[in-house]
Amino acid sequence: MSAVVSPIREPLITGGKSYHDITEDICGPTESAPPLSWIICFAISVMGLGLFGFCVFWTVYFGIGTWNLNRTINWSWDITNFVWWVGIGHAGTLISAILLLFRQKWRTGVNRAAEAMTIFAVICAGQFPLIHMGRIWLAFFIFPYPNTRGPLWVNFNSPLLWDVFAISTYFTVSLLFWYSGLVPDFATLRDRSKGMRRKIYSFLAMGWTGSAKHWQRFESLSLILAGLATPLVLSVHTIVSFDFATSVIPGWHTTIFPPYFVAGAIFSGFAMVLTLMLIIRKVYNLQDYITIGHIESMNKVILLTGSIVGTAYLTELFISWYSGYIYEQFAFFNRALGPYWWSYFGMMACNVLSPQIFWFKKYRRNIFITFFMSIFINIGMWFERFVIIATTLARDFIPSSWSYYVPTWVEVGIFIGSLGLFFTLFLLFARVAPVVAIAEVKSILKSSGDQYSGKNAKHSHDSVAVGHDHH
Amino acid sequence: MKSQNKEIFYGLYDDDEDLMKAVKAANKDHLEIYDVYTPFPVHGLDHIMHFSESRLHIAGFVFGAMGTLTAFLFMTWVFTRDWPIIFGGKPYWSVPAFIPITFELTVLFASIGMVVSYYIVNGMGFGVENPTLDDRITDDKFCIAFQTNGYSDDQINQLSNFFQSTGASETSSKVI
Repeated sequence: MSAVVSPIREPLITGGKSYHDITEDICGPTESAPPLSWIICFAISVMGLGLFGFCVFWTVYFGIGTWNLNRTINWSWDITNFVWWVGIGHAGTLISAILLLFRQKWRTGVNRAAEAMTIFAVICAGQFPLIHMGRIWLAFFIFPYPNTRGPLWVNFNSPLLWDVFAISTYFTVSLLFWYSGLVPDFATLRDRSKGMRRKIYSFLAMGWTGSAKHWQRFESLSLILAGLATPLVLSVHTIVSFDFATSVIPGWHTTIFPPYFVAGAIFSGFAMVLTLMLIIRKVYNLQDYITIGHIESMNKVILLTGSIVGTAYLTELFISWYSGYIYEQFAFFNRALGPYWWSYFGMMACNVLSPQIFWFKKYRRNIFITFFMSIFINIGMWFERFVIIATTLARDFIPSSWSYYVPTWVEVGIFIGSLGLFFTLFLLFARVAPVVAIAEVKSILKSSGDQYSGKNAKHSHDSVAVGHDHH
Repeated sequence: MKSQNKEIFYGLYDDDEDLMKAVKAANKDHLEIYDVYTPFPVHGLDHIMHFSESRLHIAGFVFGAMGTLTAFLFMTWVFTRDWPIIFGGKPYWSVPAFIPITFELTVLFASIGMVVSYYIVNGMGFGVENPTLDDRITDDKFCIAFQTNGYSDDQINQLSNFFQSTGASETSSKVI
């Protein structure tokens, strides 16, 4: 019933699915016992989560002294991980909000899992500033609440406080957006189940009936939330970049940071979406819903954002040379060829050079290459944040205080553990909720199913007449 | 939700296009549709059912404006009245520095307010159980429902004929 789609456009749903097939294919995995592969992955993830819990306990019990931060390098592994996770958390809302506004139908196959990933990545990100405070039980001090100290308010002029508002708003809005989309699909699960299971999904589905007026409001809500989330997603990493850009540290004090951080966030977020989707489509047999075409579209976004990031790296170098300002020049010379040269070259290789193979259609459509690239990119983006944070601080204003940083086992454990936290949450989500938005995929079946569009279409589009006479 | 003793006579269709044609036919026959239930948003349905445009965006705007004012006026009050502090030689009322938080709270208030409004007007919420007519409506059936309290047999027959002529795959009745 949607607008007519060009016949040369690749179908987004293959296998000649009916509406009922879509329900079966997507609900099926949540209704049977978990496969062995899931149990193994879950066990490993829970072990990671245990490591996270242990290392956080260690940090809180003995204090931040268990980390290798020092007077010179007072931000390093922790904030690197924070920015890395927040960056990963950008793809979900980008896919669901910006691509909704751009009417990109391929988003329907991946938006649900990508939004879930966003929420879990932001949860992981939030852990790092909290534990970095040292006295985590006083974390509520970051909020402006009436207190007995005056009241003494927080500093609303500080980018660190802007970050508190940006991240918490982003988390809340993403959660609302994700959950409102899940409600009709929980209703589908509710109506297929019995007994206790039905009671649980009935609770979660909030009394959804599928009434036409509710669908109209649903679409209206999605569209406006998308409109609000679009500037929001761009603002979040902009504000994260302000943590650095508004400081007076050479190497951080650059106006290019906001767009460069946002592009990098989308870049790493899409890479993580690809890592997860390539596994899920295989384990859950969703190749008909997350097609090679979807993967190719995401690889195009990766190529674009990777090239923007690459341009930003080179611009930074050029501007520091062109500025004629020796401290700025030294910061960037040091960044590329200083003691952390290896992380700079890791970053350049993973983020700038390797995505260039996606200029070739053959590689964009190759699952193995895509999978390895998605891992590479996330390694590269981790290096990027490490390069910005640690290498800049390692060579500060007074040579006598120059320093070198290597993480302790506690810091490494917290990072690896945060991956455990992330995958535990994601695997639980994939067990209990539909990983593809059922209703949204159904709504594009008539325009993008392979029996209706593309070169294998079985019959002409007889809905054209119906679809048009009321517009 | 408690049963409201609504007698509902409904028909299920297998395809969204059949549903659209049936709704148009019902309009032509001046049959008063109680509601239409579909597994996904069928585009154009709101139009032929003569729904007015959703006013959620107005709620969004109002809540958003409340967020803008809350953030901006609160920060202004804190830094000019309650506890003025000079940061880096800047004026007390440093408007550019207030913009990020003002923006975030605008989005936050608008989103929360709109989502809450949406669930309230829909009569939905955690634990709410609104009556459903058929379990397959969230799968692959498209349903047109008529409320038949006080209908004569003739009127019921008219509805049956309507369902038959518009290609409903099955019909049934239920009290909700």
